[in-house]
Order: sequence, then C-alpha cells, then structure tokens
Amino acid sequence: MAARGGAAPGPAARAASASGRPGAWALMGSELSVLFRRLRTWAMLLALAAIPLLIATAVRLTSHPVPPARGPAFLDRISQNGLFVGMTAMLVSVPLFLPLTVGVVAGDTIAGEANLGTLRYLLVAPAGRVRLLLIKYAAAAVFCLTATVTVAAVGVLAGVALFPVGPVTLLSGDTIDVGESLLRSLLIAAYLAVSLLGLAAIGLAISTFTDIPVGAMAATVVLSVMSQVADNLPQLEWLHPWLFSHYWLDFADLLRQPISWTTFGGNALLQGGYILAAGAIAYGRFTSKDILS
Amino acid sequence: MSDTSGPDALAIETLGLSKRFGRRSAVDSINLAVPRGSVFGFLGPNGSGKTTTIRLLLGLAAPSSGGIRVLGRPVPAGLAAVLPEVGALVEGPAFYPFLSGAANLRRLDTADRHAPRSTRAARVDEALERVGLSHAAGKKVRAYSLGMKQRLGIANALLRPRELLVLDEPTNGLDPQGTREVRSLVRSLAAGGTTVFVSSHLLAEVEQMCTHVGVMSVGKLVAQGTLRELRAAGTARIMLRTPDIAAAARVLSGLGLHPEPAGVLQDTDHGGLLSTSPPGHTVAPEDIVAALVAAGVRVQGFGVEDASLEERFVSLTGEGFDVAG
Ligand SMILES: Nc1ncnc2c1ncn2[C@@H]1O[C@H](COP(=O)(O)OP(=O)(O)O)[C@@H](O)[C@H]1O
Ligand SMILES: [Mg+2]
Repeated sequence: MAARGGAAPGPAARAASASGRPGAWALMGSELSVLFRRLRTWAMLLALAAIPLLIATAVRLTSHPVPPARGPAFLDRISQNGLFVGMTAMLVSVPLFLPLTVGVVAGDTIAGEANLGTLRYLLVAPAGRVRLLLIKYAAAAVFCLTATVTVAAVGVLAGVALFPVGPVTLLSGDTIDVGESLLRSLLIAAYLAVSLLGLAAIGLAISTFTDIPVGAMAATVVLSVMSQVADNLPQLEWLHPWLFSHYWLDFADLLRQPISWTTFGGNALLQGGYILAAGAIAYGRFTSKDILS
Repeated sequence: MSDTSGPDALAIETLGLSKRFGRRSAVDSINLAVPRGSVFGFLGPNGSGKTTTIRLLLGLAAPSSGGIRVLGRPVPAGLAAVLPEVGALVEGPAFYPFLSGAANLRRLDTADRHAPRSTRAARVDEALERVGLSHAAGKKVRAYSLGMKQRLGIANALLRPRELLVLDEPTNGLDPQGTREVRSLVRSLAAGGTTVFVSSHLLAEVEQMCTHVGVMSVGKLVAQGTLRELRAAGTARIMLRTPDIAAAARVLSGLGLHPEPAGVLQDTDHGGLLSTSPPGHTVAPEDIVAALVAAGVRVQGFGVEDASLEERFVSLTGEGFDVAG
C-alpha cells in the first residue's frame, strides 16, 4: 500500500471535535433501555421479587413460630418484625438466584449481540470495541444493583404489608429505628451488588469467546456454583480468600453498631481484582476478535 | 496502486488482501481498486468471498495478509475516522426483534458517537421514508418480513450522509418491486456523489446499476474494470445478413474472422445470416463492411453484438450466475 501523508480528517471527525463529543452517554442510555425493554430482564426481576413474597407468605400462613435454629438466619424474627423479610430474602437468593440472573445478563453481553448479528452493525456504526465493552459491563453492573435492590425493596414492602414493623435489634445488641434499618437493607443490597461485580466481569469475558449466549450464561453460572463449592471444601482453605464468592454471605458486619467496613472493603478489593483480570481477558479477546457472525 | 492519481482517487484499494480460515483461503490476494464516485458491482457466485472481503474492508475481521485503504486511510488503523463516513449492510440485516424498526435505527445511531442527537429522530424518519418503511416504523422487527428487514438494513446504512456505501447483496429477499426501488435508490445516491460498493451474485443486477465491476471466483478477483471494459474484453459477434453467403464467407475469412452460418433464415431467396466472432479488436466493423461491399457482397443487414456479459462471467467463474438466483 502506497504511503500517503496527512490525509485530512473526514467531515464527521471534524464535526465531532467541534462540538465536543455528542452522544458520549447516548449509547449507555440505549444499552440500558435495550436491557430493560427485554421481557427476559423483567421475568428475572419478577422471579427475584417472588422470593421475598414467597418467604413472607409462607411465614404469614404458618401459625406456629419457627424455631430459631432452623431455616435461614433471620427467618425466626420475621413474624415479630417485617423488616427481616428483605434481609432473609437477600440471604436466600445469594447462592443461586442472584448469580443466575447476573450470569444470564453478563453472559449475554457480547455473545447475545453476536448471535443476533447486531454486533457487526454496532461495530461498523462505529461503537468502538473498547467503548462497547465498557458500556456492556456498566449495564451489567447496573443490573446487579437493580437485582439486589429489587429483592430488598420487595422484601420491605411485603414485610410492611404482612407483619408488624418496629425497631430492629442488631447482632451487636443495639437497636436501630425503622428508618435506619431501611438504610441498612439498602446497604446490604449495595454490598451484594458489589459482590456480584466480579462474576459479571467473568461473564463478560466468557461472552467474548462465543457467539452462543446460552453457552456463556451457563458457563458463568457454573463457575459461580463451583466457586461456592470450593469455598466449602476445607481442603482448599488456602484458596478461599481468593474465590470471588468468598464474601458473598458476609454482610453481617453491616448489621453491627457501629458498622464494620472491613468485610465491605476486603470484598470490594477482591471484586476489583476480578474486574481487572477478567476485564483484561475480555479486552484482549474482544479487541482482536474476528466478527464473523 | 498508483500514487499519480492522488490519494482521493480511490474509495477502496487493497493490495494482496488475503483471509484464510484455517487452511482455506476465503479471500486470496486480491487487489481491489474502487474509484470514488463509482457504483462498483462486486460480483461472484455464493461462497466466492464477497462477504469476507467486506468484513475485512470494515475492520470486522483482520486480514491474514495484505493491506487495505478505505477513503484514503489505512484499515484497520484508521477505522475510527473511516467508519463514520461509511454506511454498510453486511451479510444481511440484523436487528433486535423485540424493538421497533425505528427504535432499532435509533439504537444503532447512538452507537456512532459522531451522530448528532438533535437530528436523530428526523434522520431516522427520513431513512425509513427513503426505503418505504414509514408505515412500519413503530412495529416490532419480530413482525417484519424478510424484505422489510432488508429495507430496514438499508435504512440503517443511510442514517447519515455517507461518502461510501457498502451494500452486501442488498436485494436479497426483496420482491421485483423492491429490487427496482433499491436500484433507483443506489442510482440516486451515486448521483449525489456517494461511492457505492455493492456485492451481488446476480449479473443482471450489476449490469443494471453499476459503472464498474469486480468479479470474484473462489476467493480471487478474476476481473476488474468498467462495465464497458469488461464487455470489450469479451468476444464480440458480427451478424451479417446477405444472399451472397459463399462470397461473404470468403471475404470474412480473408479478414481473419471465422464465419459460420447462423439462424434459421438460410435460404437463398431471403438471404442468409452469417455470424462471426472476431478475435479481439483486430478488425473494426466499418472495415468489415467496406471489404464486403468492395467484394460485391450485397449486405442486407449488419450488426455488432457485444458478447453477453453472462458468457463472459461464466467463462471467468466457471459458473452460471442465475443458478442461485
Ligand atoms: N466464519 C467462517 N469460518 C470458516 N469459513 C468461512 C467463514 N465465513 C466464510 N467462510 C468461507 O469463506 C468462503 C467465502 O465466503 P463468503 O465470503 O461468505 O462468500 P460470499 O459472500 O461470496 O457468498 C466460503 O467458502 C465460506 O465457506
Ligand atoms: Mg455473502
């Protein structure tokens, strides 16, 4: 190819540099609207909402009190204080339901577009490969938060509707009022959303390797289950602090007075590490990938 | 690739462009030269490497070897500057089935960060209008027919004024009316100065809308040039009507042509027909007539028929083009 110097920038490039970056955020908005206009997303959020509803209804319909040592933590407290519905529901959905929905969304990010064929049109638009990857991940992160907040919020609503509500006695023995306990519920939802960010990054990375979204989704969910299984094997104790699911159930620190942020920080750091590692893999793969779908 | 014609003379140029899938060469060392302002027909049977070439041109796939320049910039290095100037339909349309046609176009328009938001709605409406889809703008793409999706795909390529349009088999799935509309759309875009690179496996289509042609066969670019050049490269045929068949045959043979009787009108009362295929450009038609007249041959009719492009392409690719049509 003959070398040619100093070609003038095209009109589009000139227009863009003149007016800043029109539409730098437009694609993010579009991404979220595509995500939340899908029936599948709403079905998953409904399924998540059904968990606190199921718990609340089951407790309400049972006449005899639950013995404290049986069932998930907090379950025995629900009939006295409805604010525990949300916390119980979050605890219950951590091992499978939340990772399942996050696996579906994160596994679909790139593979879903490839499967539809829309990936080639996004890239020739041009969306930019790195920009598209970042936006896909940001949207998946938004979904993580939406999912956990859904469980928390529906839990609070169901609790208020079906049970008496009052000040909550914390694990540390202190008592906090209703407003404070609602804040703590939100905090737990945020903690869980952060906990899922590593998994979302792993799902994104897997998604760049295939054109079959179901495959990427399944692989992501299987990894989340395997991580939890490994976390329960004493033989793999050395590995435990490095597993992305290691802190998933450790939000008890947020129910102390004063709040202990140690677990939150450790968890955030671990998730950040996974985001960097999986992000690097996704970047390496996606920026060099032949789009043949 | 000549520098003398200036950096802006070619909209697309490739040098030794190749793409292998495993051992197989899908595109084999092709040197494309698509002049600015041309309507370039990229013709080849199914599987000859047209779509793969287009993916390489648009930076969707990386070449195994060879270089590409699009709109004067190297690809893939200059893609960020090139792609906003290019509208493309690649390997058929693809959309989100759960979004309406208009919502799909808005989505793809936001993906281009140079596309101004303020004019987005108007540009989407206009693009839909141009392909005759205004009535179905609000309908979910799930409910679109194949032809409607194809139109929507073309609308996507037209969302912004483009310097180059790359259309991969744009008439696939369209009825004859739709095909005619696409053809006139391509002509009007070209009249507006847009370079159009359009692939097809249908010869007739290319003949009707293109100024230039490149012919692909099994990954190789076997011919390239203006439509006229390609026709000229084929063997023309002379049709001569005369009652003096024997004398005419002698004259033509003397000129180095190969006369043979043709048609069903072979009787002395009404004159016979001689058909002859001159090798290349050796004898001009007017010289042939002059020689015939000088020899006293009574010429009742004389015509030069261009070799049909069909024959030319069959000979180039070893395939009929209407097979898969
Ligand atoms: N993703 C792929 N993997 C392997 N081979 C491919 C792939 N895509 C195309 N090919 C092969 O490359 C050749 C050219 O295909 P293509 O460019 O789609 O042809 P056309 O568009 O002219 O019909 C074909 O032989 C096809 O089988
Ligand atoms: Mg093709």
